[in-house]
Amino acid sequence: MTVTETPAAQAAATRTPPAQRRRAPRRPREFTTFDVWILLGSLVSAISLNWLVFYRFTVGASFFGFIVGSYLTFLVIFAAVTADRVGRLVATDRVMTVVVVSAAAIVFIPLVLLVGYILVQGLKALRPNFFFNDQAGITPVMPSTSGGGYHAIVGTIEQVGLALIESLPLALAAAVFLNESRSKWRRPVRIFVDAMSGLPSIVAGLFIFAVFILPFAKSGNPLFGYNGFMASLALAITMLPTITRTVEVVLRLVPDGLREASLALGSSRARTVWSVVFPTAKTGMTTAVVLGIARAVGETAPLLFTAFGYDLMNSNPFAGSQESLPLFVYRNIRKPDISAIERGFAGALVLLLIVLVLFAIARFFGRDRSKSKKRASRVSLSGLKSTFTPSRSTASPAKEASPS
Amino acid sequence: MSGTLVDENPTDEAPRPEGRVRTKRIVTEVPSAVDRRFNFITMAAGISVLVLLLLVGLFLLIQSSDALGETGIFTFLTRTEWRTDVQPARIGVLGLLTGTVLVALVAIVIAVPFSVFCALAITDYSTAKRRKWMVGVVDLLAAVPSLLFGLWGFLYLSDKIVPISLWLSQNFGFIPLFKTESDASLTGSIFIAGIVVALMVLPIITSVVREVFSQTPPGEKEAALALGGTRWGMIRTVVFPFGKGGIIGGSMLGLGRALGETIAVALLLPQVPQKIGESIHILQNGGATVSGFIANRAGADSFTTSGLLAAGLVLFIITLGTNMIASVVVSKSRSGAGVDI
Repeated sequence: MTVTETPAAQAAATRTPPAQRRRAPRRPREFTTFDVWILLGSLVSAISLNWLVFYRFTVGASFFGFIVGSYLTFLVIFAAVTADRVGRLVATDRVMTVVVVSAAAIVFIPLVLLVGYILVQGLKALRPNFFFNDQAGITPVMPSTSGGGYHAIVGTIEQVGLALIESLPLALAAAVFLNESRSKWRRPVRIFVDAMSGLPSIVAGLFIFAVFILPFAKSGNPLFGYNGFMASLALAITMLPTITRTVEVVLRLVPDGLREASLALGSSRARTVWSVVFPTAKTGMTTAVVLGIARAVGETAPLLFTAFGYDLMNSNPFAGSQESLPLFVYRNIRKPDISAIERGFAGALVLLLIVLVLFAIARFFGRDRSKSKKRASRVSLSGLKSTFTPSRSTASPAKEASPS
Repeated sequence: MSGTLVDENPTDEAPRPEGRVRTKRIVTEVPSAVDRRFNFITMAAGISVLVLLLLVGLFLLIQSSDALGETGIFTFLTRTEWRTDVQPARIGVLGLLTGTVLVALVAIVIAVPFSVFCALAITDYSTAKRRKWMVGVVDLLAAVPSLLFGLWGFLYLSDKIVPISLWLSQNFGFIPLFKTESDASLTGSIFIAGIVVALMVLPIITSVVREVFSQTPPGEKEAALALGGTRWGMIRTVVFPFGKGGIIGGSMLGLGRALGETIAVALLLPQVPQKIGESIHILQNGGATVSGFIANRAGADSFTTSGLLAAGLVLFIITLGTNMIASVVVSKSRSGAGVDI
């Protein structure tokens, strides 16, 4: 009834004396202290009701059932109270706001739980010697703090490094092709790059296995057996679309004016890309590379058919099966003895830290790029922004000052 | 546009300032030698990506011809059991596919509503500063390796989900999907695997849906609000219809990822071939997926390996098809024209 106040209705409301008015006109988004009390009241009553039902009247329901029941009851009570106060339409809006915000909040819970769990479990077995020892002479009866994952870390660095060397030139050239050329092949290539980024990583491993390892199995050539180099090829396939797409997006952000200026000065297309486009997009391209590394570091599936895993140090990526950090974790947590599982968790913690650090680096470069971009290319926009930011910062003290 | 621009109708041989005929200048590109090489190299790189993907399919087909030839393609696709301990070996991919599709469907059913709400929370329910944070957290969720999700799901989450499975099977057991056998273990179920995979596909769907929602024309949104609509009314009547293609395409993209999810599922499901046929009970122990099954059998004998490669080929074709349909759906929809997926 009072959901949407037309100007006429508002005018009518102000004209009528306050005593006759049943409800004060209000905006749907207005959220007063009273609404906070309604929210809290609904929550408390829902929890109490569910506690009564789940723990007093019935038995055997799980904690999860209690939580879900409480949440649903809360929504119903909140909807009923709000509908009674401000009408059905605003009540729907309010309830949906609660649903959206709580759904978004729920998404963050698993992330916190996951990081926390791996941190707690990993710290049990993670000692400095993890970074200096391999699994030589480790037996199931030994404690989880003995031995380490040095060989796995070396393997990961070698494999991911090789993969980067293999995939980066191709990825950069493909991104340049997608963004700087006028070829009619761009559309199919883009579709295939997109499709490739959805390629199950185990298929990449199977592909390398089918091309290089399986046909040469009888030749006994160590280069075409399980080794780190094969793993790097598989990882390169998984990295390729990630880097290509990210670099392409970054190249697209380079203003056309810079390209045209370079071409107008008589430089070739290649020179333009090399001396104008790449330097402009440098930080963004760094982000792309870091994201590619972050993707490849955590990949386990492609390594199962290529690096295969090995308990001892093997620093030569071109001969003999090799360990890597994800493989170390995967192989250890599947063992039956507890010390091996704990060792796996130590590896998982190291892996998680590496990924988090890479993620932070990527975010750092990404943020840097966006700032410098705005300043460099969109002069008018940056001017707008600089007028906005101080005004907001000056507005807030003024606001604080005005009541006093 | 680069190189030398040549005027194909040179008119300046003799200076004729009066009565000069205005012919249409046809500008063509004559690339310099450097540019020709540059064009060739970038073109080759682009095409090689295309060729690489075709080669993946081709080599999987060649190397799996052993198993496919012996079993027959049709039999391989329709047989549910995978037994290499009998002579001749009876291998088929249908049982694995059933598990794969069930896990992916459970994941999508859970992930899509959360993704849509999450995307809404980012685009329409938060301030610019909080938006940056939320995008960061969703990206972080995408950055966590699949292995760690599997590890966490296997050793931590699994026990927490069992009561839910129990409750579902007790109260909704009349639905065939939720039925469990009387003394079945509830760990290692497709339901649990689906929940963990849902967490992994959620950031992918969220980012596509968020991108689409953020491109809703502000004029239309403001019009809805100016007509007196509430925020939810605006979302229901403007944002959702506009982003419908993006939601569908993003869900399909998530489905493609869920179908190919490997390591987490390899850890979470028993991947026992004998149980493949019973995998329709999603709440109880059992089930296998194509990718997880392959992962758990690395280093097997040559015939099994050939069969695994055939299974990999099937997975490759299915995920490729799903992803391609998804990108077409997104790019064809009104909202997704400029969206990268």
